[in-house]
Amino acid sequence: MIKHVPVLLVAIPLLAAFMIPMIGMVNRTARTVVGVIALVMILAASYYIAGDILVHGRILYYMVGSSNPEMLTEHGLTFPIRIGLKIDPFSLFFIIMTTTLVLIFYVFSTQYIEENERKNYFTVLFITMVAGMMGLLVANDLFTFFVFLEILSISSAALVAFRTERKHPPYAGYKYMFVSAVATSFFLLGVAFLYAQYGSFNIDYLKEAIRGTLLDKIAIVLLIIPLAMKSGVVPMHMWIPDTYSEAPAPISAMVKLGSLICLYGLFRISFSFGMSHAHVSYPLGVLFIVFGILSMFVGVTQALVQKDVKRLMAFHAVSQVGYMLLGMGVGLTVVKSGDASFALFGKVAMIGGLLHVVNNALYKGLLFLTSGVMVRHFKTRNLDAMHGLAHYDVFTTVVFMIAALAISGIPPFNGFVSKIIIYESVFQYNPVLTLIAIFVSILTLASFMKVFYSAFLGMPSSRRPMEQPVLVKCSMFVLAVFIVVIGIYPQGILKAIIEPAVNALINF
Amino acid sequence: MSAIVLYVTFILLLTIGIIALLFKRNLIKIVLAFNILDSGINLFFIALGYRENAMAPIFTPAPLDSVITMVLPTPQALILTNIVIGFATTALMLGVSVLTYRNNNTLDTRKLRGVEEYD
Repeated sequence: MIKHVPVLLVAIPLLAAFMIPMIGMVNRTARTVVGVIALVMILAASYYIAGDILVHGRILYYMVGSSNPEMLTEHGLTFPIRIGLKIDPFSLFFIIMTTTLVLIFYVFSTQYIEENERKNYFTVLFITMVAGMMGLLVANDLFTFFVFLEILSISSAALVAFRTERKHPPYAGYKYMFVSAVATSFFLLGVAFLYAQYGSFNIDYLKEAIRGTLLDKIAIVLLIIPLAMKSGVVPMHMWIPDTYSEAPAPISAMVKLGSLICLYGLFRISFSFGMSHAHVSYPLGVLFIVFGILSMFVGVTQALVQKDVKRLMAFHAVSQVGYMLLGMGVGLTVVKSGDASFALFGKVAMIGGLLHVVNNALYKGLLFLTSGVMVRHFKTRNLDAMHGLAHYDVFTTVVFMIAALAISGIPPFNGFVSKIIIYESVFQYNPVLTLIAIFVSILTLASFMKVFYSAFLGMPSSRRPMEQPVLVKCSMFVLAVFIVVIGIYPQGILKAIIEPAVNALINF
Repeated sequence: MSAIVLYVTFILLLTIGIIALLFKRNLIKIVLAFNILDSGINLFFIALGYRENAMAPIFTPAPLDSVITMVLPTPQALILTNIVIGFATTALMLGVSVLTYRNNNTLDTRKLRGVEEYD
């Protein structure tokens, strides 16, 4: 049973997505339940394989359509032309994160999105998006990776434009689709450059075969820049504010999760293809650091001046990606340097970067969900028009505070843990980078003070208080609990998941 | 000779596509520019997969005792997939362009710039 998990992770949501419109025509409750069942099944599957992979260090390979799906050995390709799937600790880390979070976001959206005839389309696209994410995470060849990248892009663009009757969402959806389409086209060009030289799409094979010539470098850049564009790294972040602010709140959180999964692709490809040669890995690491610093600084300074609560949070999403790139970039610069610096701080920086991925997904998701509640309550996204939510919605106030303190790196919450790991390790590489990172963290706190002050404090508004539906509250509560637990007891997740993930990324 | 023609066509299509993407302001024209770019990349991939005097990768008609070259079918499969994906992308982009026009009465990106209202 366990050997079929890689393909089931993709097949279950895909099958559910095709079943949902038919079930939805008959019964709307059944449709919602089918979505939940599919998401719970992939959640259970991902936890089911976790022990085997993390403890015993087993790597799952799967060749789709073959009578013996595990016929590919670790040492070579016995069957070059197949769709190859693979789960190692690094992808398992992202799979567990994704399956957990999509279930929470789905539960949130069941009561947050108003029930009408378009909810069927919403559910279909949501589950398709999950299928795209899972496909990206288990893909082991660039062909499959590309196809699922497109599935993810198309379904999320359609969801961003979901509120078509309003003025701006269709244009935001257009922008996101356009950016994704151009990015994936150039990604395909990069795949073509690698295929032309080595005649294969398999990532494991290409990792062995790659020679680090000029053409290889061009191909790596063509693979990396589109993925950086889809993760919203600064010179390519122009689509982020419109997309995140116009999408419904759970979709903002989902698109954010999708961009983190593109970040997974970015790390996977740069560590697979860049690590075999020091003259490739060092410039790549420096590129990551430059992107990271730019993202942190530009994102947070843009966020400070926003008056629109969802645009503000969108710019913070840009700025947070910078921390992950900084941590992974420092790891990548020293990984091939040959001296003790990697053991000293490079690996720790990578651990911090990866921990920040999961922390960021948690609190950023929670912030997007609370912003959805705020916008629904005040009927506006303008911070100047919001005041006094704390008077009658204590629950939202508390979870917003938890998320805002976590994103600013205040001690008992999870953001502090990953940020302190990044600060300490990056300090040994270059103290200036740490100073910039701390400065950005202070600016983040300042801008969330602004949101808290204007939306939650002040005179209570004359608007009738609105009780939040129970599932909306539940999903936000679960996210807040995760944030606090990781903040208080980070050793568990660090030892169990993140260290094996980093080891797999370096040695696999 | 024929391969060179294909590669030159690819570079031409790519250049036309990028220039149109950079300088066109109409949403529909941007979709067309993306399609040109995409077909250029499709052409490049198909040209890469071509082998001189090779057979289709179907095992039955291949003589057993001869050394023959076969075409690897993966690029064709990938490009077929990419054509379908390009179709889906184009359809979605045209659909949201129609909705954008209905809500804003313009297709000009300069007039669509920015979101000032906070509804």
